[in-house]
Amino acid sequence: MIIGQIKDGIVLDHITAGKGMEIYKILGLGELDCTVAMIKNADSPKMGKKDIIKVGKVIDLNLDILGYIDPGITVNIIRDGERIKREKLSLPERITGVIRCKNPRCITSVEQELEHEFVLTDREKGVYRCVYCEAKAKR
Amino acid sequence: MRSLIDIKDLSVQEIGELIAVAEDIIADPEKYAHKCAGKKLATLFFEPSTRTRLSFEAAMYELGGHVIGFSSAQNSSTAKGESVSDTVRTVSCYADIIAMRHPKEGAPLVASRRASVPIINAGDGGHNHPTQTLADLLTIHREKGGFENLTIGLCGDLKFGRTVHSLITAMSRYGGVRFVMISPEELCVPEYIKTEILDPAGSPYTECRELEPVMEQLDILYMTRVQRERFFNEADYIRLKDTYVLTEDKLRNAKQDLCIMHPLPRVNEISVSVDDDPRACYFKQVLYGKYIRMALILKLLQEAKA
Repeated sequence: MIIGQIKDGIVLDHITAGKGMEIYKILGLGELDCTVAMIKNADSPKMGKKDIIKVGKVIDLNLDILGYIDPGITVNIIRDGERIKREKLSLPERITGVIRCKNPRCITSVEQELEHEFVLTDREKGVYRCVYCEAKAKR
Repeated sequence: MRSLIDIKDLSVQEIGELIAVAEDIIADPEKYAHKCAGKKLATLFFEPSTRTRLSFEAAMYELGGHVIGFSSAQNSSTAKGESVSDTVRTVSCYADIIAMRHPKEGAPLVASRRASVPIINAGDGGHNHPTQTLADLLTIHREKGGFENLTIGLCGDLKFGRTVHSLITAMSRYGGVRFVMISPEELCVPEYIKTEILDPAGSPYTECRELEPVMEQLDILYMTRVQRERFFNEADYIRLKDTYVLTEDKLRNAKQDLCIMHPLPRVNEISVSVDDDPRACYFKQVLYGKYIRMALILKLLQEAKA
């Protein structure tokens, strides 16, 4: 299968195979009016299989969300057919307004318009805890 | 604005400074009798408490300050549905410092992000209770002369006991401290306490089911309550409830300078006969709690002024 190169846009590479659709939905790529290609289970020498997303326009990406969902992703920014930036993601130190605290005893369950906020407490195991009650985020 | 929400908010050096001030207050209370003249402490207790609220109030009075506040959510605008944020922004207009207890975990952190005066967490559900830990630390410091090279036995409900988790967090920062964690399997210390606190700190620990075989090793014995509601079946509770009742008999192999602590309230986990043992420190702990709260109020007010 051949998917053409893009002139201006973003390529999300090294997505863990199977996570592409989740990222597609969370980033709201279905609502864009430009070309979007979602490639599933592409061969990868390093990963065996991987997903790739190509977006035919440079858009603002929330890298914290992406890093949280799949920290192995590489983000490539393309301008005039050339890659001008390459960023390897990692787990963000703090994520706000992305995941919700499920602890019913947490203040986030009752306080008006309080954003749910998590901090990374164990990078090796990818553990995030709610800043308010320290409950572990459930993935 | 500096607040105290979690014991980890204080560095080892700051804890040392608070203890030094508390020791000085104990030595010369008159010197501190007017330090907070003209200042107001608001005690916002959204759930009932006896010792903590009275301890804060006594602390402020002994510093020459005044106290305003409420002692249950029914007596506050929370009953009308007001948020924590709005309550503390309002109270910030009346008081110079706030001590707050709330049933929801993290409520004091929300308060500290909204208030224009320092917030002291006086307990947020089963989460944090840093001034209890400060009281524990002052007790250990006074009884043992320091924090290093101590073997601390923690006994009872180590799973849900917030005071135990905070004490482990605080004491794991000192060199040579070893923990002996004595509990039924159902109530053993959560895995994250080991992997996220003890292991990174390099603090040695052992876990066991019985108190008596390890008694002779201990410098500190921190007792907690085994609560009926934590058990799924009554038979297990009945089997375990008396396992850790501390009696004079169980203390026969203990060190002569053992320090027996308990965050209180006690139900039956320490026999009343132990109260007269010179090693029983749990009522001293209550007294020290007042002095360390005095030191904390002073520190936070001074920092707010600066």
